Amino acid sequence: MDATAHTHDHGHEHPPKGIMRWLTTTNHKDIGTLYLWFSLIMFLSAGSMALMIRAELFEPGLQFFQPDFFNQLTTLHGLLMIFGAIMPAFVGFANWLVPMMIGAPDMAFARMNNWSFWLLPPAALLLLGSFFVPGGAAAAGWTLYPPLSIQMGMGMDMTIFAIHLMGISSIMGSINIITTILNLRAPGMSLMKMPMFVWTWLITAYLLIAVMPVLAGAVTMLLTDRHFGTHFFNPAGGGDPLMYEHIFWFFGHPEVYIMILPAFGIISQIIPTFARKPLFGYASMVYATASIAILSFTVWAHHMFTVGMPAAGQLFFMYATMLIAVPTGVKVFNWVATMWRGSMTFETPMLFAIAFVCLFTIGGFSGLVLALVPVDIQLHNTYYVVAHFHYVLFSGAAMSIMAGVYFWLPKWTGHMYDERLGKLHFWTTTIAFNITFFPMHFLGLAGMPRRIPDYALQFTTFNQVASVGAFLLGISQLIFLVVVLKCIRGGKKAPSKPWEGADSLEWTLPSPAPYHSFQTPPVVK
Amino acid sequence: MLDKLVARTGGGAALMLASLSARADLQYNLQPPATNVASQIYNLHLMVLWVCLGIFVVVFGAMFYSILRHRKSLGHKAANFHENTLVEITWTVIPFIILMAMAYPASKTVLDMKNTSDADMTIKVTGYQWKWGYNYLGQGVNFFSNLSTPRSEIENLQAKDKHYLLEVDHPMVVPTGEKIKLLITSNDVIHGWYLPAFGIQQDAIPGFVKSVWFKVDEPGTYRGQCAQLCGKDHGFMPIVVKAVSPQDFTKWIQAQKAVVVTYNPNKTYTEAELVQHGAQVYAANCAACHQANGKGIPGAFPALDGDPIVNGPKAVHIETVLNGKGGRMPAWKDQLNDFDIASVITYERNSWGNHTGEAIQPAEVKALRK
Repeated sequence: MDATAHTHDHGHEHPPKGIMRWLTTTNHKDIGTLYLWFSLIMFLSAGSMALMIRAELFEPGLQFFQPDFFNQLTTLHGLLMIFGAIMPAFVGFANWLVPMMIGAPDMAFARMNNWSFWLLPPAALLLLGSFFVPGGAAAAGWTLYPPLSIQMGMGMDMTIFAIHLMGISSIMGSINIITTILNLRAPGMSLMKMPMFVWTWLITAYLLIAVMPVLAGAVTMLLTDRHFGTHFFNPAGGGDPLMYEHIFWFFGHPEVYIMILPAFGIISQIIPTFARKPLFGYASMVYATASIAILSFTVWAHHMFTVGMPAAGQLFFMYATMLIAVPTGVKVFNWVATMWRGSMTFETPMLFAIAFVCLFTIGGFSGLVLALVPVDIQLHNTYYVVAHFHYVLFSGAAMSIMAGVYFWLPKWTGHMYDERLGKLHFWTTTIAFNITFFPMHFLGLAGMPRRIPDYALQFTTFNQVASVGAFLLGISQLIFLVVVLKCIRGGKKAPSKPWEGADSLEWTLPSPAPYHSFQTPPVVK
Repeated sequence: MLDKLVARTGGGAALMLASLSARADLQYNLQPPATNVASQIYNLHLMVLWVCLGIFVVVFGAMFYSILRHRKSLGHKAANFHENTLVEITWTVIPFIILMAMAYPASKTVLDMKNTSDADMTIKVTGYQWKWGYNYLGQGVNFFSNLSTPRSEIENLQAKDKHYLLEVDHPMVVPTGEKIKLLITSNDVIHGWYLPAFGIQQDAIPGFVKSVWFKVDEPGTYRGQCAQLCGKDHGFMPIVVKAVSPQDFTKWIQAQKAVVVTYNPNKTYTEAELVQHGAQVYAANCAACHQANGKGIPGAFPALDGDPIVNGPKAVHIETVLNGKGGRMPAWKDQLNDFDIASVITYERNSWGNHTGEAIQPAEVKALRK
């Protein structure tokens, strides 16, 4: 039986066993799995750094850490969450789902796919290892502004190389995704028939290719300023520290959308499924995504309203930023209209999706508040900003990832996850998230700066509330880990289409999905 | 370690319960504005907050209505509509109009904030790691403003003062009712001069001089902090501005001019005199990195106790303090006078395990200044 199977498919179904399977794999599902596990490990490690930060901030005074180490924690928490947890998670989703959703057998460049994943673990080791070198990890904040970043020890060099590696990985991943989407679609699947998740990733991949080289350039200039006597950012040598900020945020703002557009895609798959109704305004959703992506290149300096730009600059970037609220609003309205007069059920993915729409919108509103130059000058670099970007990155990006994991776990593992535990995870996460981050709005309004290890007495109460919430939030994620492990090991057998309202192509494949997705392309009508 | 943790967090939890029930002073909004610009910001923020809240209630009212009514468990059958051009155009245009209505007052405030012309007085503000320098241009008054919270409060060895971390040795003093222009720059890395009650936050950037202005009417003490991450002691360089009546301000500025020179450059000081003054200079300027016990922080800041430079030839020691070392040790020649530097070096060379027995004189420092 084995022998016949072997001759039939020329051994394609039999990857090597053990570690070699994962090191040498060119299979989009294996690589997707690697990305997702990598992301979960980074999420938990960067999350524990956040808990160390919150422990130090539980009371005024220095309790656990010296200020220098505290700054290392905030810096690495940011870098690891962005480049280690959120971005790889979305690439993992793309690997697993894009070929299945467009009716392809695998990704276009299978070997490059392997390489783009395996660049990430060394990058993570550089970042985590930098805590143990003399002078410790980079402590200049994830933005790495010079001249402060020039003062750092060798931890900064390790960070720079890690960013280079992760940037190369992202660019290769993006080329792969774009090529796959543009060339490997099943007959009949025109661009405007693609699932929304595929659309958002197509646009995100272009953003990545456009801006990752910009970041690589900026950190390379930091490197040569540090070691090879250049003065790109040193005013004493005719350089300009502000130029770094401009270059960094020209990367940094599109980066924000790199971390949220795939989330929009996941949510746009989930809400129609559980509302049992097609996505409202599919075409306007595509146009809104594209306009957000284009506008994202024209708003970078709103991160720099306090540098003292001329009034004309401030006004331009304020108007451009406010304009982004329009397409973002369209998306929220479309999701609500998709739910409207549907026939809804509330399994865990749907609960996360609904929380996403609500909480992401709060993050969007605080973004609008920050877009107004005078208010931003009052709130820039305060905890209000910390609250704002955790509402868009945790309850936005991270919770959409959780929604997606619950949604596709049956397809990935062949088992249903534990719905009771999943709901418990949802409720603890959502409640603890709000206890943690909502009070930070008040702290910021009252004038508490971010990135400080110790604070004045009037900020005590809200900091304590936030710290308690943070520990609840951290513990809740262990439930998530349990659900995932349990689902991999067993559970109720999942049918090929476990969700009544699902209609994209991946649900036509059996669960778990076969090693090669579509050996013969399906026909899309 | 564990019981230390329990003691700390347990104590904290009790404190938190106590403070939650006892506090009526929780602040949910921006600080009370002290300038006209700050009140414009205050009102702008409130206005936008209410608009957002209104939109939130309408949109999510609809969503939760739908969640409650349009569920499968109630037997609701799904409709099949998925497009409506009129609706889609409406919800694109209406937000656009709302945004324009917000942008108008915001733009007016921006232009107001930018108008630094016709100032009555100009103060140059320089950020240092980790203190502020204030230079009253044309008035010959120039001083540094250091955190005055004692180390023991930060390390929880002593009860914390009401103005913990928001108090300085020399506040910026300004007259009420006059338009004050600040020229803001930095000596090393980027800092942020942030005073919430004035609605001012301006990055202090090396190589750039940026200007902001304020006019404060109510006499009082206003407190803020450095807003831009500037290294280890970013959280420990507060900003305090004291607004006083113009008459009091004139008196203050006269008094400042009188204290400028308090040492005799030609006098030979005794070791005791130098060590006494040097201990103060050390606490204000050096202890942040090299620590009060002279042991430094291993891996980050070298120990001075037993250090070869501190126990070696004095010229090398003086030059290191004057000109800095290796990018991390700042040059102190512009911040400290000859007497300060002579004193602090004498202090370092005769403290902890260092016993050189030398007394460095201000004239020796002067001779080595380039």
